[in-house]
Amino acid sequence: MSAMAAPTTLDVSHTPSVPFGRLVQVEARKLADTRAGRWLLIAIAALTVVVLGIQLAVVVANDVSVTYLDFLLGANTPMGILLPVLGIMSVTSEWSQRTAMVTFTLEPSRLRVIAAKFVCVMILSVVALVVGLVIGAFANVLYGAMSGDTVVWGNVGTIAVDYLLVWVLGMATGFAFGMVFLNSPAGIVLFFVYSFVLPAPFEIGAHLLGWFHDIRPWIDFNNAQGPLLDATIHGNEWAQLVTSGLIWLVLPFLIGLARIQRAEVK
Amino acid sequence: MIKVKGLTRAYGSFIAVDDISFECRPGTVTGFLGPNGAGKTTTMRVMVGLTPATHGDVTIGGLHYRDIPNPGRHVGVLLDASAQHAGRTGREVLEIGARTMGLPGVRVDEMLDLVSLDGREAKRRVRNYSLGMRQRLGIAHALLGDPSVLILDEPANGLDPAGIRWMRGLLKGYADQGGTVFLSSHLLHEVEQIADEMILIGNGRIVARGTRDELLRDATGGVFTTLVTALDNHQLAEALTERGLVVHQAGEGLRVTAEPVDVGRIAADKQIVLTDLRAGHEGGLEDLFLELTAETQRDVLPNDMSADEVRA
Repeated sequence: MSAMAAPTTLDVSHTPSVPFGRLVQVEARKLADTRAGRWLLIAIAALTVVVLGIQLAVVVANDVSVTYLDFLLGANTPMGILLPVLGIMSVTSEWSQRTAMVTFTLEPSRLRVIAAKFVCVMILSVVALVVGLVIGAFANVLYGAMSGDTVVWGNVGTIAVDYLLVWVLGMATGFAFGMVFLNSPAGIVLFFVYSFVLPAPFEIGAHLLGWFHDIRPWIDFNNAQGPLLDATIHGNEWAQLVTSGLIWLVLPFLIGLARIQRAEVK
Repeated sequence: MIKVKGLTRAYGSFIAVDDISFECRPGTVTGFLGPNGAGKTTTMRVMVGLTPATHGDVTIGGLHYRDIPNPGRHVGVLLDASAQHAGRTGREVLEIGARTMGLPGVRVDEMLDLVSLDGREAKRRVRNYSLGMRQRLGIAHALLGDPSVLILDEPANGLDPAGIRWMRGLLKGYADQGGTVFLSSHLLHEVEQIADEMILIGNGRIVARGTRDELLRDATGGVFTTLVTALDNHQLAEALTERGLVVHQAGEGLRVTAEPVDVGRIAADKQIVLTDLRAGHEGGLEDLFLELTAETQRDVLPNDMSADEVRA
């Protein structure tokens, strides 16, 4: 049919590959361009406000003296649960909605796509920190005004760094779980098992078995993050955060990466 | 442009695609035909790197798909029109594609126009799209980056007859401008009018290939038949038999073992008025298709059922 003799090779000299920054922008857009994604983001911020509002009402009514750190601990209740869910879904929605087929045909390097997604959720952890710090500060100032007590800020720098770490680690762990299971319900359920169910047998085991009591701090990632929440982490506790993080964050992350590299995208 | 060499894809002991080789040339439409489960989609997924090949490989314009920078600008892909986020709007789906490829936003409007999705439809979420609308959106997405190669899996699926005609014209025009089109279908009639070359696949193996005419020649063993009707069929039958042609009654007219041009010439010589004259082997290709792919057919066809009945 064709009259012209078209070349049989592709001239790719004028097409640079998709810049990484553009991939990050696109992935960020994909986090918020559906109702589900947008409402999850809004819900995280709204729930934080609600939780701190209740906390404020309770401490004022009962005349309890609290500090800025207590409000951030309160903020961690919605953040600590929902940020990992966001991390999980940023990966798994590509599979449950089957958009991975399109994503990976537009950028065949799966590693680059995953890296872009990871950068997005890391940026979101920083945003979450800013939101948490601001809402917490509001609550603390209101607390001072309502109770008449002195407002205690503590070491805000240390608090900020420690909570950033908590939320970055939570988000990253969720992300890793998402990559391992490539399925939203499985990823979310098993993440909750890991964060809410597993601590009980760990606690009992440490109580009953002397040897387990000794190794537990080194393998229990939830437990190891406790000192971060108290903003008191020091010395050995850093090492325990690293060793337990190797098991619950780094290992699943690597398994997940390998899985995505090999997975057949359907 | 697309070169498939000794491609095999096995899943354990099941061989989905079994050592197939073919090429698609620029300026042509290549149809990939086979029943469900014949290995069409697997082949296409290997082409774009979503499924690794067990043996062999595929290059597009001399490159492996993964080595094509910003591949959306060179190769338009539609593998499954339903594989879109149900919660995104049609426009947003194209917007994301355009951004990834680094295209201006106006390209999205152009593509929506091209596939006739209006502004209101583009604002609806994909979950509320009919299969035909998803297919149009998928074609728009494949064409976004103005690629020179198109790989489309069952693009006519879900389109209404007008939509199928529209797509035929679109792809034909695209090939006439030098583009390479590779499309699959499990329906012969969708492909035979548009494909310059057809590749028939069954059970993961290529069972026949060639242009429509080449395949037909194979299907009929080189024997042509013609369906003809005249004002006076009796006179025509005599004239044809006189020339040594085999004539049978067929419905209102006659079936003749000859090419239409010969029948027409004889009628002209004898000044017999014809009311209908056409090639009578239309069913041949369908018969061939069903026969060649019989082993992978899910439905067992009664032996005496003709292709016309199957089609109906």
